[in-house]
Amino acid sequence: MAEITLQVNGAKHSLSADTRTSLLDLLREHLGLTGTKKGCDHGQCGACTVLIDGRRANACLALAVAHDGAEITTVEGLADGGEPHPLQAAFMEFDAFQCGYCTPGQLCSAAGMLSERGPSAITDDLTADPALTPEEIRERMSGNLCRCGAYVNIVAAIEAVGR
Amino acid sequence: MRPFAYARASDARDAVERFGPGAMYLGGGTNLVDLMRLGVAEPDSLVDVTRLPHDAIDGDGDGDGLRIGSAVRNSDLAAHPVVRERYPILARAVLDGASGQVRNMATVGGNLLQRTRCPYFQDVSKACNKRRPASGCPAIEGDHSNLAVLGHSEQCVATHPSDMAVALAALDARVQVTGPDGDRTVPIPGLHRLPGDDPSRDTVLRPGELITGVDLPPPPAGTSKYRKVRERASFAFALVSIAAVLDVADGVVRGCRLALGGVAHAPWRAEIAEAALRGVRADAEEFARAAEAELSRARPLPRNAYKVPLARNLIVRTLEELVP
Repeated sequence: MAEITLQVNGAKHSLSADTRTSLLDLLREHLGLTGTKKGCDHGQCGACTVLIDGRRANACLALAVAHDGAEITTVEGLADGGEPHPLQAAFMEFDAFQCGYCTPGQLCSAAGMLSERGPSAITDDLTADPALTPEEIRERMSGNLCRCGAYVNIVAAIEAVGR
Repeated sequence: MRPFAYARASDARDAVERFGPGAMYLGGGTNLVDLMRLGVAEPDSLVDVTRLPHDAIDGDGDGDGLRIGSAVRNSDLAAHPVVRERYPILARAVLDGASGQVRNMATVGGNLLQRTRCPYFQDVSKACNKRRPASGCPAIEGDHSNLAVLGHSEQCVATHPSDMAVALAALDARVQVTGPDGDRTVPIPGLHRLPGDDPSRDTVLRPGELITGVDLPPPPAGTSKYRKVRERASFAFALVSIAAVLDVADGVVRGCRLALGGVAHAPWRAEIAEAALRGVRADAEEFARAAEAELSRARPLPRNAYKVPLARNLIVRTLEELVP
């Protein structure tokens, strides 16, 4: 067992958990924050994406104990007060989901991605900070799979917010 | 997952002291936590080295080159201005690996020490000489479609999955290591072993040794390119990848560095091709001759023979594009 303190969506939580507990299971099973989804549990699908200290990460590959003291933002914490986050509003406007299972991960991943600087694998000029074109969004969001195939609208929604 | 004790190290000495029997070092966890969940890795204890003070990138690429701390996250390495400008094949290789989320978590040290994605290694219901010595290698008769064509043995045909390590091999990187017996420097290539008759050991590191940093000499002269061939456009391991540096003057090759990924148990420095290219005309014919000399050593298996012409064509095409 380990004592773990996390700041989750602005609220401090101190709890005791088995060292084997992933951040994903801690959020879902210990804190009841079931917005973050378990897809593959191997870091390959992105459904569990959360922000750890502002950076997007796969919560399934993160041992909770290793992130003691971190600030975590989940999909439940994206909205500011009663207003949806601009990405949430855009996902609704652009119909960027079908079943919705990957959506919390898509939203958190997009939120993290929009604050990242620097080139991607498809950027021609490595020294430039490229414009967020649909191609750049596709590459940067490749860690989030959508089995319904809502990619076209997901890219449009992110593009609208990133513009 | 088997229960384990967890300890967070404050510095490298503390980490080495905490490393007891059955221990493993924990970096970003993107590979190790998955292997623990799969039952492939069963450490008694984890020593977390992500908060060690080896988390900076120092230098401007001149003089002493660049020193990269082992706890630097892959995304920070690729976004670093000096890496982008002076070591573009390194930035490119890192950006070609994994996903945005994984690159945010994964450390430089962990990237080097990640394990093979051979399907038999990752499946504890199967035999695997790397996971369970002397149990056999079902990949040789089974699914080896993305496994090694160079330097493999009767015991193991696994490939090393890192893109970053391929670029580091072409850049003559040196890995700084500390351990129970003190500090030492291990060059890349040289860190990763070929499987031989002991595939359980991926690298030359001894128990308890810890990577604290990677040093790069000033960038080699010439133009460079990292290119990766994979089954989908993003977030997939290489079938074959190449890190190439070519220095041409008056149509003649002055210097060349070539490293291949996805073809061997280690990032594969193509020294035969490099030697064949020195001083020859920089044209497709010479590039093909050099590539074929290198790949004459290939021993493809029935289902991965495609990698040999793929590697040949990748070498030729990439070098052609690097001719000024």
